[in-house]
Amino acid sequence: MKAAQGVGMNFSIGVGRVALLACEVIRSIFSVRLDWSELLKQLHFIGVRSVFVVLTTGASTGMVFCAQTLYQLHKVKMDSAALSVVGIAMTGDLGPVLAGLMVAGRVGAGITAELGTMRVTEQIDAMRTMSTYPIDYLVVPRFIATVLAMPLLTVLASVVGIFAAYILLGSVLGVDQASSLKHMYYYTDTGDVLMGLIKAFVFGVLISLISCYRGLNCDKGAEGVGKATNEAVVQSCISILISNFFLTLLLRPILKSF
Amino acid sequence: MIEVKNLCKSFGTNLVLNQVGFQVDEGESIAIIGRSGTGKSVLIKHLIGLIAPDSGQVKVDGQNLVGMSERELLLIRQKFGMLFQGEALFDSLNVAENIAFPLRRTGCSDESDIKRRIDEVLDLVELSGTNLKMPSELSGGMQKRVGLARAIVHRPQIILYDEPTTGLDPIVSDSIDQLMMRVRDKYHITSIVVTHDMRCARRLGQRIIYLLEGKVYLDASAEEAFNSEDELVGKFIRGEADLKEVKF
Repeated sequence: MKAAQGVGMNFSIGVGRVALLACEVIRSIFSVRLDWSELLKQLHFIGVRSVFVVLTTGASTGMVFCAQTLYQLHKVKMDSAALSVVGIAMTGDLGPVLAGLMVAGRVGAGITAELGTMRVTEQIDAMRTMSTYPIDYLVVPRFIATVLAMPLLTVLASVVGIFAAYILLGSVLGVDQASSLKHMYYYTDTGDVLMGLIKAFVFGVLISLISCYRGLNCDKGAEGVGKATNEAVVQSCISILISNFFLTLLLRPILKSF
Repeated sequence: MIEVKNLCKSFGTNLVLNQVGFQVDEGESIAIIGRSGTGKSVLIKHLIGLIAPDSGQVKVDGQNLVGMSERELLLIRQKFGMLFQGEALFDSLNVAENIAFPLRRTGCSDESDIKRRIDEVLDLVELSGTNLKMPSELSGGMQKRVGLARAIVHRPQIILYDEPTTGLDPIVSDSIDQLMMRVRDKYHITSIVVTHDMRCARRLGQRIIYLLEGKVYLDASAEEAFNSEDELVGKFIRGEADLKEVKF
């Protein structure tokens, strides 16, 4: 019982501190001049260098999902609906979740390890002595870059997943591509795409804040940096999966009219 | 210029600073000495607001740092330069970018002026021509000198040195001592050095503060301190271990 209370207490403290960090970041965005060169550097690291891993994940998931769906739909002679199922799943759920998990693993770990190493080697303290607030210089560019890159990477994962499924249907599984495409356009609506983009934005916020928080507050030494990096990836992934569920429940009724 | 009153700081149950108090006047050069773990580095970090005390006051030019927000402290810190024990150079930036960092962050945008000041401080620390080298390409002594160049490039009123010669060989330590004296004499900067290197303390400190178990045990002129007849001070300065501590 005491252990459960301890875990609950730590969780509450952690959520509170990440929320305080979010407030500081928002305050900084609206009051401090942005370092554009640092933002571009982070956009390259977080966005451009994540393209390959997101493309691969999106394409493979799209194809596997399409094949499995087709095998089931074939039993009820609805082969041409397979691409519609892939389209709805990729735009509203799989696209943002897969992109989020990949970015949490690649970028989240990178951010935490970099900031954590800067902390244990006193580089962050040195920055503070040079009249630089680490939130302005280190956190804000990473936050903005992740929040901007996530929707773009999600679109990429979704489009590539659907395209890979489309190619697979026509070239390997022998399904009529034209009717599949027609059905997909009919069943996949703007609401699905909007839901995917909103989720990607939220996941970007979660990944950047959790990773920066863990990096800025890691314990001393190599072990501290390793532990913080591990925690950042695990917590980012779990928060993506949990928030995805609640976002789906929340957004589906709102976006139904689109 | 700097006034420390009744400063207390604990980490967990470990009381590191216990009612520490002293004053530093403009242009003074002070060495804070003491055994490892007596809170020297913790004390120096309080002077620039990197650590908040549990109680007590730290005043810089009459402004109490305790209770200030991080953004308010940023303005006060423009008066300071600090050389860290581990140099703390930004490993993603080259030497020139490291030195330019405090200038650019305090609003200096004239690139020709920035370049002139980088060259000037690199010349002072005898590292001209290393502008484009990365910190990882430099030796420990060279990194320390780049750290010193970065600490003085914005012409601070006060410079803090945290164990500036730790981990360096005697020859390099000597060169760092001489550089610190050169900086002090050329720019008339108030200097506070935390060290357990007695040669460094003797050369740089016009006044010596000896910390013992988190308290100021001695605050005296360098001459008085180094000629002190107090047993504890004498033993520390001569580097003699207490027989009770020598157990094999």
